[in-house]
Amino acid sequence: MFKIIRKKQLNDSVVLMDIDAPFIARKADAGQFVIVRADEYSERIPLTIADFDRDKGTVTIIFQTIGGSTMTLASLNEGEAILDVVGPLGMATKYESGIKKVAVIGGGVGCAIAYPQAKKLHNMGVDVQLIAGFRNKDIIILEDEMKAASTALHICTDDGSYGYHGFVTDKLKELIDAGAGFDEVVAIGPVPMMKFVCKVTEPYNIKTIVSLNPIMIDGTGMCGGCRVRVGGEIKYACVDGPDFDGHKVDFNELVRRNSTYNEVEKQHVCRLMGGASNG
Amino acid sequence: MADMRQDKIPVAEQEPLVRAKNFDEVTLGYSIEKAVREARRCLNCKARPCMNGCPVGVRIPEFIEKVAEGDLESAYAIIKTTNSLPAVCGRVCPQENQCEGKCVRGKKGEPVAIGRLERFVADYMRDKEPEVKIPAPNGHKVAVVGAGPSGLTAAGDLAKQGYEVTVFEAFHTAGGVLMYGIPEFRLPKTIVQHEIDNLTKMGVNIMTNMVIGKVLSVDELFEMGYEAVFVGSGAGLPRFMGIEGEGLIGVYSANEYLTRINLMKAYKKEYATPIMKSQRVAVVGGGNVAMDAARSALRIGAKKVYVVYRRSMDELPARKEEVHHAMEEGVEFLTLNNPVELRGDDNGRVRAMVCRKMELGEPDESGRRSPVAVEGSDYELDVDTVIMAIGTSPNPLIRNTTPGLDVNKRGCLIVDDTEATTKEGVYAGGDAVTGAATVILAMGAGKKAAAAIDAYIKNKCREE
Repeated sequence: MFKIIRKKQLNDSVVLMDIDAPFIARKADAGQFVIVRADEYSERIPLTIADFDRDKGTVTIIFQTIGGSTMTLASLNEGEAILDVVGPLGMATKYESGIKKVAVIGGGVGCAIAYPQAKKLHNMGVDVQLIAGFRNKDIIILEDEMKAASTALHICTDDGSYGYHGFVTDKLKELIDAGAGFDEVVAIGPVPMMKFVCKVTEPYNIKTIVSLNPIMIDGTGMCGGCRVRVGGEIKYACVDGPDFDGHKVDFNELVRRNSTYNEVEKQHVCRLMGGASNG
Repeated sequence: MADMRQDKIPVAEQEPLVRAKNFDEVTLGYSIEKAVREARRCLNCKARPCMNGCPVGVRIPEFIEKVAEGDLESAYAIIKTTNSLPAVCGRVCPQENQCEGKCVRGKKGEPVAIGRLERFVADYMRDKEPEVKIPAPNGHKVAVVGAGPSGLTAAGDLAKQGYEVTVFEAFHTAGGVLMYGIPEFRLPKTIVQHEIDNLTKMGVNIMTNMVIGKVLSVDELFEMGYEAVFVGSGAGLPRFMGIEGEGLIGVYSANEYLTRINLMKAYKKEYATPIMKSQRVAVVGGGNVAMDAARSALRIGAKKVYVVYRRSMDELPARKEEVHHAMEEGVEFLTLNNPVELRGDDNGRVRAMVCRKMELGEPDESGRRSPVAVEGSDYELDVDTVIMAIGTSPNPLIRNTTPGLDVNKRGCLIVDDTEATTKEGVYAGGDAVTGAATVILAMGAGKKAAAAIDAYIKNKCREE
């Protein structure tokens, strides 16, 4: 059992939890993930480690309630425990030595995963331009944390209710065209966002790392559910990733495979809600 | 005088069409009367060929003699001296290639039903077992990586000798393939859990959610005071064929399909685990895993399930009973067929498998006649789900994080005949060494390694 030390609602549907997991905290690094199972009946959910504190022995997860198992997880309170937490899984993000300027891009709840990357780079002394995209002002998360972990924070909203009015890709292109001279771009968020960031950077030939979160069960390479096509080869996101060269990822296949259980999941959530959201 | 009837005493089973719709155990096992009658078929011959066929050396004629006398307690005690998981082995061992395959009675008629008898004894004794004795501690610590058949066997044998054993398991549940792979209808999970509980009662500490190679390295285990490490990390990354269409929705590895059903209980309403509501399923491969996947698909509700295998029925590597049960339940075998492409619909879902017919050519290095494609024989098989059960390649997590641990060309850990790896104090067994094999071979390796670890630690103490 893994005790929840702190719980914070970041917006209507996004929850932060600090979990007591000393073994994991000791080894965790930016880019790695944990798999959590809230209770006996829940799925195993892969969640990127948003932060960790080696001294306190805690790891932080941030997740959006989108299905039955995340709803169950979100229903747990401070002082209660999560049944299973396993990790740190996957490879930590590797940056080329000598990089000076990086654009870190987060989309929505993906900012929770972009944040530790920014923090790591910032601590390395890299100029971090953090571009964070949200649908609107109400769902912005981690603004102070991101500000502290970057040279400049560019918040973008789709509706212009806060910060830059437009998509992260628009902001990124502006910065590149203004001569930002990025050595690398790191993009973490919804698959379509990562796909379009890669489309922006490709003509400029800027190395672009994406963090993938496909369907997964064990997280150790055993089930093969998380297979993605990268540069024409089959890779397992759990052991080979979750970071990949975005210019080589077959995003269309990824979107497709991630939709495998959409119908089943909808029905499951309906059951949980007692049919209230049916239709 | 032995009972000379030529056939095994039949065992009760659920009706094929009933059981194909539920996850309850297929084979119901012997009654005590039937078990005693079957036991009397054993000649108790001097040569004991059956024992040579057993990877863990169960004293077969001795326990069967006790069954024939109706003394099940003694029969159980005899089995347990060499086999820590009899209820499991009686159900999942390929007896026809092992003990029963060597039985003298099999030369004329059927061999003695050793597997059924082993299972009967273990089941009969389950609630009558004497209190597990906690062995006196010998002051030494051993770490076991992986709580599957090899790890549990090694842990049990070491604990019996007084070692303080900690088993590190990556999943949230101990048991390995016995829990995530082999389905409930073939091996009820309460039986596996019972065996695991016996180990913990004996003092074995099982730590779940611990992925060695990630949260701790093998070297760190030594730093923590473990004097030897047994690696039984099991099957690795599932193989795919590398054909067009394997990224379509509805293509599973058998590992994923079975884990969703067995470990994550997708077949039970109260569990959140999703699984596709398949109607027409093709399982590629001919081993036990393929049979398990095919029969699970029927139980999930598929109307039509095919096993697609590139060789003929004679070469099917699966346990005979599983093939027989699968056929009875309505699984259709498309042997001498090889998938060459998977085709999808507009939504990216599998709609068909293109199969190429094969014929048997000259024997290959394995001695089996190798399949040769028949030109121009391609045809489309309508399916909405494809499950690949064509084996695994070893998991890199431990070898990549353990300096000094050598692997062969296929990536399997290299061990000598005592299961010692190339790194001092590290032993290994099971699928991590052999590639995908059987439960009993893994158990045999765990047993051998436990003896070698015991000798290694005692020897080291003498030197010091």
